[in-house]
Amino acid sequence: MKSLEDLQKLRDEALKKMNIRYIKGGYRIQIGMGTCGIASGAKQVLQGFLKEIEARNITNVAVTQVGCMGECAYEPMAEIIDENGQSFVYCTITQPMIIEIIESHLVHNQPIQKYLLANRKS
Amino acid sequence: MMLERSQVLICGGTGCMSSKSKEIKDTFENVLLNMGMHDEVGLVLTGCFGLCEKGPVVIVYPDETFYSHVTLDDVEVICQEHLLKGRPVERLMIKDPIDKKQIKNISQLKFYSKQRRIALRNCGNINPLDINEYIAKDGYMALAKVLKTMTPQETIDVMIKSGLRGRGGGGFSTGKKWQFAHNTPSEQKYVICNADEGDPGAFMDRAVLEGDPHSVLEAMAICGYAIGANQGYIYVRAEYPVAVERLKMAINQAREYQLLGSNLFGTDFSFDIDLRLGAGAFVCGEETALIASIEGYRGMPRLKPPFPAVKGLWGKPTNVNNVETFANVPVIYLKGADWFRSIGTEKSPGTKVFALGGKIVNTGLVEVPMGTTLREVIFDIGGGIPNKRKFKAVQTGGPSGGCITEKDLDTPIEFENLTALGSMMGSGGMIIMDEDNCMVDVARFYLDFTVDESCGKCTPCREGTKQMKVILDRICGGFGTLEDIDELERLAHMIQETSLCGLGQTAPNPVLSTLKHFRHEYEAHVIDKVCPAGVCRDLTHFVIDDHCIGCTKCAKNCPTNAITGWPRQKHIIDLELCIRCGACKKACPVGAISSIAIHEENRL
Repeated sequence: MKSLEDLQKLRDEALKKMNIRYIKGGYRIQIGMGTCGIASGAKQVLQGFLKEIEARNITNVAVTQVGCMGECAYEPMAEIIDENGQSFVYCTITQPMIIEIIESHLVHNQPIQKYLLANRKS
Repeated sequence: MMLERSQVLICGGTGCMSSKSKEIKDTFENVLLNMGMHDEVGLVLTGCFGLCEKGPVVIVYPDETFYSHVTLDDVEVICQEHLLKGRPVERLMIKDPIDKKQIKNISQLKFYSKQRRIALRNCGNINPLDINEYIAKDGYMALAKVLKTMTPQETIDVMIKSGLRGRGGGGFSTGKKWQFAHNTPSEQKYVICNADEGDPGAFMDRAVLEGDPHSVLEAMAICGYAIGANQGYIYVRAEYPVAVERLKMAINQAREYQLLGSNLFGTDFSFDIDLRLGAGAFVCGEETALIASIEGYRGMPRLKPPFPAVKGLWGKPTNVNNVETFANVPVIYLKGADWFRSIGTEKSPGTKVFALGGKIVNTGLVEVPMGTTLREVIFDIGGGIPNKRKFKAVQTGGPSGGCITEKDLDTPIEFENLTALGSMMGSGGMIIMDEDNCMVDVARFYLDFTVDESCGKCTPCREGTKQMKVILDRICGGFGTLEDIDELERLAHMIQETSLCGLGQTAPNPVLSTLKHFRHEYEAHVIDKVCPAGVCRDLTHFVIDDHCIGCTKCAKNCPTNAITGWPRQKHIIDLELCIRCGACKKACPVGAISSIAIHEENRL
């Protein structure tokens, strides 16, 4: 440790790993991990989200898992809740969709209407 | 490595370790490995969370779910349900005492919401074995800032301005202490961290050392820079094996990162820290005795002045501060003296950590701003007295302090206020007593401790406390007289005035304060020959009064079958068979059992 900059660099690096404990506000992504979700690949979706979020260095997102959301036919599903508490449910998610969702919804705050459960069902 | 989606924090304080938190962590590791989730879920063994009563405690992030009393069998369930499927395990959550709802989130716990954590800021939040986590929380930033941008005198000025006072009990201004050591010219100076925490029922310093050892190391280095020392010693009790182990690890990590050693941050300043293990003598918490012990002599206090700031360790100027004091230091340099002054009261800025023990629901560690009232600490944060008992008194300051009764509970906590009440801040142990505690017995307990711990250097303390103990034994045994009480007071004042160090000067405090507030209990012991609380066996005569509803609970709980009576009728205790264990009194739902004088019983 020779300078303040070294220390700051080390701090930012270390903080990334601990960030999960201090996320306040920001987005919350809930992945449906009921038996139906797991069977249709929710775990890979969960990992896909985590990898993409880390790769893009997004810090204001908490990824967590919830039980069955009740629409088993549309699994895997992910619910994104924004700072205002508004929720968007994405359904039948695939790996390429994850990148799109993160790019559009989390980075530019533009929900992708065509992937939303409400629109797909009707 | 993939970013962890969830982190499980397991309390690794001594309290939770004794209820198997280490094994719980190992089980988590195995189960997660079997489920193939070991790289998505992080496991961290932290320092004390403070809510020791509910241990072992586990917190799952990012939901901040708070699990209490976790057993090895529960681990599998938490992994299967919460970590895999995202369904928190309600059974393991704490219930709100009022509306009986499960508390899902730490922020809903009243225990934490009323606290303000400065010294304990990282305890239960970071992994104490990993220097990176401390650095992530701005660790060693204060040291870098001080070394790069401030002169030693400026460093001291900030400390004086912050108004931080010694948290070991004395309450002396930390900044002024540093100034004295700074002003004494010498080639060699030392910094000592006093971690010889010896009060019965106090474990604040242990929690800091176990949960956040780096904060103490950083603060010692800052202090070293301010006074011009290049060597620090931490004098820690050998009875704190976890703290010692974590300190050793922390020192090695800091050396590896060159945060201890020579030319820190590329400046001319060098500083290193070594451990010295104490054998657990209470008197070694006194700074001159502590210094003697480090030098290899018998731990005995000497006359002051000269103060250690002038002539301390090996005759060199030395600054001695307590663990909690040091833990406050780095934050003050990061956030500024004005910020620190804005917390707490005018005369005592900042916060104070208390260890709650005795008859209280939430046994554990709390940190509150100065100026908080005792009532808030005991009833709001501590959760009050268990088993519907009535509050009687709280002992602050351990064997050097005194008891505070119901009528003074609304006093704001401050160094001066507690002294005015005949008690003292002390290092922060708080023992809560309810109606089942005999105050004479409490005084005897503390005196027993000081008799053992007196170093024997001066006669009033060595012989005087012994004589006081003999008198108290006599009173508790039923052979006391009214003259004994007067003699007790006379001896107490004499010891206070003629002892050399703080140990002797404060040893009579528990007796004097119980005499002041509970003289009637002493008188009951010597005149009526009865112990109203039912603690002193020879003076206990349990009887059941007319409030008895005949629920038979007392009879069922009696180990010697001394209680007889039909259901729904008044029961009777056979004093010949009674062994005075008090089990019936604890079991009685209407409080109909009490200890009264024999002659009164005859009158009934």
